[in-house]
Amino acid sequence: MNRRGFLKLAGVAGAAAAARPASAAPASSPDSPEFWGVLVDTTRCIGCRACERSCSIAHDLPVPDIENDDLLEHERTTSDRQWMVVNRFETSKGEVFVKKQCMHCWQPACTAACLTNAMHKTRKGPVIWHPDKCMGCRFCMVSCPFEIPKFEYNSWNPKIQKCNMCFERLEDDKKPACVESCPTDALMFGRKRDLMEIARVRIYNHPDKYVHKIYGEHEVGGTGWLYLAAVPFEELGFRTDLGTTPYPEFTRDFLYGVPLVLFGLPALLLGLSLLAERDSES
Amino acid sequence: MADTRDLGRELRRFGKFLRSEARPRGKLLTPFNVISIPVILLGIGILVVRFTKGLGSVTNLSQEFPWGFWIGFDVVTGVAFAGGAYAITFAVYVMKLEKYHPIVRPAVLSGLLAYVFYAGALVLDLGRPWHIINPIIGNSFGYNSVLFLVSWHFMLYMLAELVEFSPVIAEWAGWRRLRRILGALTVGTVIFGVTLSSLHQSGLGALFLMAKSKIHPLWYSEFIPIFFLVSSIFAGLSMIIVEGTISHRVFKDQIDPAKHHSFEDIILGLGKGAAISLFVYYFFKLLTFIHDRHWKLLTDGWGIWYLVEILGFVLLPCVLFAYGVRNRSVGTVRVAAVMALVGIVLNRLNTSVIAYNWTAAVRYFPSWQEIVVTLMVIFTEIWVFRWIVLRMPVLREAHELPTRRTTAGNPVPSAIA
Repeated sequence: MNRRGFLKLAGVAGAAAAARPASAAPASSPDSPEFWGVLVDTTRCIGCRACERSCSIAHDLPVPDIENDDLLEHERTTSDRQWMVVNRFETSKGEVFVKKQCMHCWQPACTAACLTNAMHKTRKGPVIWHPDKCMGCRFCMVSCPFEIPKFEYNSWNPKIQKCNMCFERLEDDKKPACVESCPTDALMFGRKRDLMEIARVRIYNHPDKYVHKIYGEHEVGGTGWLYLAAVPFEELGFRTDLGTTPYPEFTRDFLYGVPLVLFGLPALLLGLSLLAERDSES
Repeated sequence: MADTRDLGRELRRFGKFLRSEARPRGKLLTPFNVISIPVILLGIGILVVRFTKGLGSVTNLSQEFPWGFWIGFDVVTGVAFAGGAYAITFAVYVMKLEKYHPIVRPAVLSGLLAYVFYAGALVLDLGRPWHIINPIIGNSFGYNSVLFLVSWHFMLYMLAELVEFSPVIAEWAGWRRLRRILGALTVGTVIFGVTLSSLHQSGLGALFLMAKSKIHPLWYSEFIPIFFLVSSIFAGLSMIIVEGTISHRVFKDQIDPAKHHSFEDIILGLGKGAAISLFVYYFFKLLTFIHDRHWKLLTDGWGIWYLVEILGFVLLPCVLFAYGVRNRSVGTVRVAAVMALVGIVLNRLNTSVIAYNWTAAVRYFPSWQEIVVTLMVIFTEIWVFRWIVLRMPVLREAHELPTRRTTAGNPVPSAIA
């Protein structure tokens, strides 16, 4: 092989090697092992509540009257008729609007609680609910640290209602309805790795504008939805005392102990029983 | 061929026997009947509304309080009260403490019925109960769920208790050979049952591990499963003392008068067991309290409420049990048992309802319908208990085949082999 031949070969091999990562993992591959999420920049939100409207339309729920600002007088929470709400908070830096919905935890308490796998963390990240599996025990509601799953108490055939991050739209390579309807780019859809970088860049570029914390980075082991804010998150109705341990960890030790007890205890009891027999004979 | 004919004859005999046994016995207008029948009928009416209009139509459950009185009292407290069955079968069949043999049957029966009715009350609370088969038949196993484990262990334990009780049924029906086979299963079933009990009693506590951010820190602990397990022992023993005391009054004619004295001895023995397990429980509680440095939480109303539970209904009954046992005062032991039961009700309701979501603006309080349905469940259980005790050899002398009140004058076939 002469020199030119070698260079040609090396060039082809190099090009192939360089091309591989790009072709193997396109940005929105359905096989992507990374979870998707949404970055909420509360400094950009103007409280128009277009997201509330588009959410209701996308999921056949009663459409709220977004012209009526009286609803913002009191802090609201999601309900069995509304998967997400925007709240207004009076803070040290003026009024701030915060969108509230399911956080789509990386290791959700609700899915660990569910005994029928009706609550399910999908490959892309949304936590969704299967009506044909759920038996309505409401253990997911007891377990969720954000109190997101809501139950239809006034139906003979009740459903659990919660944000599903527009799971069905994601399947069609579309963004969640709320993100698409946001006029100020307060909502940004993407993979958590990318969203974290964007959030950090914003804090780095505007260190005086933001508090130096990204809510959801570590909370309960990390969540799919991330929040940036200008004021401490306590002022915006966030629970900052939830810790960084993923909630399923709280039951893990107990569940690991079960097989040990299930096989160990009978052996012990059998031994005791034989021992007691010996005793009563002598 | 002869076998099948025998079987047919036996089944016909049993059918006739069952019809005669099904007939009500005794007076209809007893005070208990007068109270319980209207409550049961009202409860059925409420359940019709509940299953047609949804849980919200009869309960005060809310998005903040997804579990109320039916779960907190009927299931979580009821199952703790049913702990007597596994404690007694452990004592008699594993530790061979023959002294307690006379109370095995009533204890197992009330344990079995408690599981059927109180764990069964769970179904009333399920929003979509027709999907209850999902975690059973295996099309959707949530292995990682504590509730999956608890529900399986409930089911298996009910089966174990049925096997433990089945010799009584066989004696009642006059099936001697079956009686021998079922009797032989007892020790194995007891070992299995004690294991399942220890797992689901603690599992009921483990249900609340993920409610960490919601339960008041005085009631939340990573050791809730151990608290629930240890407290189910004295809950069960106290229940046997109270229930046994009542049974001995109500079903006087079922019990050999000579046995009354030994029953008092048994109560004192149970009181000793309850005192020890109460002390272990109190000690654990104290350890975690000190370890978690909860001193400053004692200053507000929640702190006082916690002290009422721990000092008034754990430490005090513990002392009373010890005092009663030492002075052979059966009355003191009975008072202690009632107090220990109140303590269990307080603890289970505090964990699941009262100190749950303690920061919520709107508190949960059960609706009258929830209370009526709970009473309905309890009264129905007592009806079934009474029906069985009046017919099967539960309280009366058991181990030889009893001289049964025969069916319509027919002598009982002596050899059903």
